Amino acid sequence: MTYVTADPKGVDAGPHFLDGDHALAEGALAAGCRFFAGYPITPSTETAERFAERAPEVGALFIQMEDELASIAALVGAAWGGQKVMTVTSGPGFSLMMENIGLAVMTETPMVIANVQRGGPSTGLPTLTAQQDMMQVRFGSHGDYNIIALSPDSPQECFDLAVEAFNLSEFYRVPVFIMTDETVGHMHEKVVIPPADQIQVVERNNYSGPKEDCRPYNFNRQGGNPMVRAGDGYRFHITGLTHNEKGYPAMTPEQNVKVLTHLMEKIDGNAEHIIRLEESEVEDADVVVMSYGITSRIAIRAVQDARKLGLKVGALRLITVWPFCEKRVRELAPRVKAMIMVEINYGQMVRELERVVAGRCKVVSVNHCGGAVHDPQVILEAIKEAAQ
Amino acid sequence: MSCNDNSACGGCNARPDVLPNTHPHKDESLLRMERMPHIWCPGCGIGSVVTAFTEAVKRSGLDMDKVAVVSGIGCTGRVAGYVNFDSIHTTHGRAIPVATGLHLANPDLKVVVFSGDGDLTGIGGNHFIHAARRNMNLTVICVNNFTYGMTGGQVTPTTPGGANASTTPYGNYEYPFSLPFLADAAGATFIARWTSLHSRNITQSIEEALKHPGFSFVEVITPCTTLYLRRNRLGDGVDTLQYYQDNSILKHGADTRDTAIDFQGKMVVGKFVEKIKPTYLDAVNATCAKLIGDDYQLYGKTPPEKDAEKKAAEEKAAAEAAGATAGGAT
Ligand SMILES: Cc1ncc(C[n+]2csc(CCOP(=O)(O)OP(=O)(O)O)c2C)c(N)n1
Ligand code: SF4
Ligand SMILES: [Mg+2]
Repeated sequence: MTYVTADPKGVDAGPHFLDGDHALAEGALAAGCRFFAGYPITPSTETAERFAERAPEVGALFIQMEDELASIAALVGAAWGGQKVMTVTSGPGFSLMMENIGLAVMTETPMVIANVQRGGPSTGLPTLTAQQDMMQVRFGSHGDYNIIALSPDSPQECFDLAVEAFNLSEFYRVPVFIMTDETVGHMHEKVVIPPADQIQVVERNNYSGPKEDCRPYNFNRQGGNPMVRAGDGYRFHITGLTHNEKGYPAMTPEQNVKVLTHLMEKIDGNAEHIIRLEESEVEDADVVVMSYGITSRIAIRAVQDARKLGLKVGALRLITVWPFCEKRVRELAPRVKAMIMVEINYGQMVRELERVVAGRCKVVSVNHCGGAVHDPQVILEAIKEAAQ
Repeated sequence: MSCNDNSACGGCNARPDVLPNTHPHKDESLLRMERMPHIWCPGCGIGSVVTAFTEAVKRSGLDMDKVAVVSGIGCTGRVAGYVNFDSIHTTHGRAIPVATGLHLANPDLKVVVFSGDGDLTGIGGNHFIHAARRNMNLTVICVNNFTYGMTGGQVTPTTPGGANASTTPYGNYEYPFSLPFLADAAGATFIARWTSLHSRNITQSIEEALKHPGFSFVEVITPCTTLYLRRNRLGDGVDTLQYYQDNSILKHGADTRDTAIDFQGKMVVGKFVEKIKPTYLDAVNATCAKLIGDDYQLYGKTPPEKDAEKKAAEEKAAAEAAGATAGGAT
């Protein structure tokens, strides 16, 4: 990835006291996002409101669309129009976006989608926290596909990961998701926005070569392929149909293999470059406590308490949730007694953990449905039991 | 050039007298010839609308590199893949919001939506009324064949009462939309309707629509020979053109409340609405200019503008330096 420094226009440098939702908007603006289409839904609305408020002074465009179907569709158009684009939503709105997430994946359109998760199913718990869309983000649209999902555990990280999400999205030409939650979204903390010259951003890479060589697609299973911007004279075509490198429909089983393998492998094949984890005291651990988002902040407390009791416990936080850290889990599984997944759902990422562990150590799920964060005591008890 | 594909496409030879220049193969430059043959059936009306559109673009004097076409899904949805412009073939019903994003992200473009009646007013109906309400600067062309062509002839929101469709096998008992009335009520600022027989008028209306600042809507009633006509025993495409000829009532400026179409009934055609009001983007810019100042510019200065500014600053500095030297000498 090639970086440049951020456009100062979008960077409100300095210390702030922000909630996670507002920090997402600031991160997007700092990353160079100049187009936001959204539809209000608790607990994500504050991101849209912040962007709408800041848009005029930054020279960005905010539009409140008629629904989430329209919001994400507008992002597809705006991205090919040359802008960096974002939307934000929660549960029901996320469900409405699914079809065009598939369009964005298929047309390899960069965009950032934040899901400030609330309890479901259906209208569920509009104002209460959850981590129940972790499988939906990976598999919710139809067909086989791949995406990147990040999970911040603080307002500061909402800012930082928004910038990173844009960078990954631009490079891999894939929708990147910020899977945050109501607690982080509404929690106010200190957020330090660095000066523009200390923020590294990946610019839109627009094709500028000869017209006859212009191809919107290159199925080379890598990131870094250029986009084509509408209006630059290349007369490109893109479609959600299975297509060839020119973007024209090519609906054969062979072409589908080519396109799909590329879509899967540009992410999975580069997982080691994409994945970010935060580990503490994992090296000598008998038990590893895995978590992400707000849950990590409670899990770390339980891990510290367990250490005080003399238990050999480590914490592993998924900053990147998708692609899942298969390699790291494969390294750890044979060395530890147990791995614990802590999450606010009926047990979602734990399935992925079980799949990768494949019986090489015990896997424990410390989960509960949406509405509240964990009690650290519950995690501590699970650690004690797993350590035996 | 006459068409050299073997796709049983009858457009070239059907009725040169009633179909002057309406066959899409005749206009190569604005079509992606490498993608021919197209998928449309013999006698299908979509091609004639495409031809009128490409002709209208040429006449409009627009920079062809700055015209973009967005379509949804359906037989009409395939238009985006055949025209030689920047083009996006989206999902069913979502052409308008994708076009909205494209237009707002890159206001130099003239963005055109090609959409079927089902795509535009069934699954995508909400986007249609909201884009019209906002007076979004888009040109929307609806190929209204009263049916879901691509999926095999099901009923749509425009199928006339009593007409037979595969999902209304005993006749349609729903009330259809009249699209000009719907567009008018929602706030569209340019509205015209023709049948595919009226190729010159379609061209003229699309040309005007392309030049119109704001939400412009052109409906073209067209034959779906394979499904709608056959199922309703209405003969072939030529019979339909005869029906269009006999039953079209030209009424520019007609009250859009009077534009409903009954099964095989009369059809009011013409330009019904043309008025000017600020577009969505005009309104955004006016609000922001009030807030930020007159030099407000969405997305900041464009690269050429920045270059020009830099050059001017350099020249000014050089001139000042030269002035200072000259001043020093005296
Ligand atoms: C979400 C979704 N629902 C249904 C379909 C199936 N489908 C494809 S085309 C079409 C109808 C298109 O009808 P219309 O817009 O009138 O276009 P025409 O084919 O008549 O030109 C439908 C229902 C789809 N592609 N996507
Ligand atoms: S099915 Fe109907 S609308 Fe589709 S190409 Fe054939 S005639 Fe045209
Ligand atoms: Mg139709």
